[in-house]
Amino acid sequence: MADLMELNYTVSNEDFTRAGEASSDVKKKLKQLGVSPDAIRKVAIALYEGEINMIIHAYGGKIKVTISENAITLVLADKGPGIADVEKAMQAGYSTAPDKVRSLGFGAGMGLPNMKKNSDQMDIQTEIGVGTTVTMVINI
Amino acid sequence: MTVNDILDILDATAIAGKSGLDNEVLTACGSDMMSDVLAFAKTQCVLLTGLCNPQVIRTAEMMDIVAIIFVRGKTPDETMIKMADEMGLPIVVTSHRMFSSCGLLYEHGLRGGIIDG
Ligand SMILES: Nc1ncnc2c1ncn2[C@@H]1O[C@H](COP(=O)(O)OP(=O)(O)O)[C@@H](O)[C@H]1O
Ligand SMILES: [Mg+2]
Repeated sequence: MADLMELNYTVSNEDFTRAGEASSDVKKKLKQLGVSPDAIRKVAIALYEGEINMIIHAYGGKIKVTISENAITLVLADKGPGIADVEKAMQAGYSTAPDKVRSLGFGAGMGLPNMKKNSDQMDIQTEIGVGTTVTMVINI
Repeated sequence: MTVNDILDILDATAIAGKSGLDNEVLTACGSDMMSDVLAFAKTQCVLLTGLCNPQVIRTAEMMDIVAIIFVRGKTPDETMIKMADEMGLPIVVTSHRMFSSCGLLYEHGLRGGIIDG
């Protein structure tokens, strides 16, 4: 299966107002490529929540989006603190986000469950003190 | 209902994205939690919110929200207005509070999406 396109982004945690710029760019590119609205919506939601997570829970990171004939693969890698209990983190409503993040409209503990809901496959590799890599596949 | 109708119903003012004022609105979602919006907003939905930061515009972009209604007279800054104008996303400001704004739109026939778990 040949990869049609690869997109790479560096996500900075310095300016929260710019959070989501990578997701926004990916959404525009998928639209130009004529990907179905249903798949674009799933990618947009999953990627945006993931991008926000790398900013609020880690120190930013890197996003790689691979578009092939049958699927879109999203890889979000950060060098943040890692996730101690992935099973717990996946539960709806579980969040370690500080109040400051909540006052910005995030930190309800809905991100990871929503990322899973919108992807056909999701995998989390994480190590305390080393970082987290979330991989999501959305079939098209 | 169109975004223009909402301007009348809520005594509201459009301050950005005026190219989208004729957009058809089918459902509404009221929340200050963007994660909730990302989890529950339906198609052709307007977003009512009292949260006023650029992530509201981003969230609306991701969810193809038809218009953002800022309640309690919250007014977005230059950055947000510019973002919305570029997207053709109408931003509407009303001085009504959240509960009243939702109530008024409901009274005029607008509904939330159907809960699908
Ligand atoms: N990239 C990450 N690095 C470290 N911890 C993370 C990361 N993503 C998620 N987490 C942890 O998982 C929890 C749940 O994430 P999520 O469901 O997105 O909710 P929220 O972001 O609202 O807290 C977070 O509160 C955090 O403790
Ligand atoms: Mg999150």
